[in-house]
Amino acid sequence: MSKFTRRSVLRNLLLCVCAMIGGSVQAADIGQVKVSKGRVEIERHGATLPAPVGTRLEAADVVKTGADGSVGITMTDDSLLSAGPDSVLELSQYAYDPTTRKGRFEASLGKGTLAVVSGRIAKASPEAMTVRTPDAVLGVRGTEFVVSAK
Amino acid sequence: MIASARRAARLLGAAACAMLGACATGTVVLLPSSDGHKTAVTVRQGDQEVVLAEPYAAATPSLAGPFAYKASPREVEARFGAAVAAQPRPPVSFTLNFELGTDTLSDAAKRVLDEVFAEIAKRPVPDVLVIGHTDTTGNDALNDALGQQRADAVRDILVRLGVKPADIRAVSRGRRELAVPTGDNVDEPRNRRVVIEVR
Repeated sequence: MSKFTRRSVLRNLLLCVCAMIGGSVQAADIGQVKVSKGRVEIERHGATLPAPVGTRLEAADVVKTGADGSVGITMTDDSLLSAGPDSVLELSQYAYDPTTRKGRFEASLGKGTLAVVSGRIAKASPEAMTVRTPDAVLGVRGTEFVVSAK
Repeated sequence: MIASARRAARLLGAAACAMLGACATGTVVLLPSSDGHKTAVTVRQGDQEVVLAEPYAAATPSLAGPFAYKASPREVEARFGAAVAAQPRPPVSFTLNFELGTDTLSDAAKRVLDEVFAEIAKRPVPDVLVIGHTDTTGNDALNDALGQQRADAVRDILVRLGVKPADIRAVSRGRRELAVPTGDNVDEPRNRRVVIEVR
């Protein structure tokens, strides 16, 4: 193995490790459950976990409320998302740089009701936050709104 | 004649309802913004889009694309009351102006920290974001590092005063968000600050 390839292997390994660390920082702790009433659960990597007040959230988490449930979430960019009973809310994609405030936030309401106060991602770049429902795609331009889905 | 017209109108209403997605699901309503800022949300269905830009402007999906209408506060309360009621308490910010490198906090800084802890006490699971800011002296890289230093110093103070390290995040905005707008390379003490956000 030449010196050159060895160095590039090392560099790739380092990049890989950095990407993993960066990735895990981005995937973990993207927000926190601040309000949790009745039955509230999170589906994460195929497992279902209870989501009491204080639960930290990860990208790709699916938050579900029961017939008596409601949940309020504060994201790290200060977006506030809250869902009423019988709701399924997926935090599909989330990336946020607190220094530049650039990021991308994609949430998806499969069913139920959702209230949104958008945060710094939407404020910094109006195209960067979207909320999907089974029928429509909402573009969030620094805003407070409610939306329902089947 | 009148009866059949009425029946036709009722049928039309039912058809419109079916077109509007059962008159219940997929509805979007723009709410008045709490800080008075102009806001908007776009609703796109296929290749059709409507823009909701006024409080209570609403849209609901239909076979013919998003159908715009005006909702009422009563409709929002009836259908979205539980979701709105579950909204977390909005984040609150406090600004700390103090000279770093000194061991003692000024009385003004102590007063700000008292307010921070009063806000923390109001919340069941508080987390704190500490944001370091700089003036425009020097380049971005330098100011990003300097802002981080400031934020870290304030984080250490908050931890010493009892906030759990896991509940604090310290970040830098460098010179990107000036409290007092200035040109480049301007030494401005009021821009050298740390914002503590409780959420």
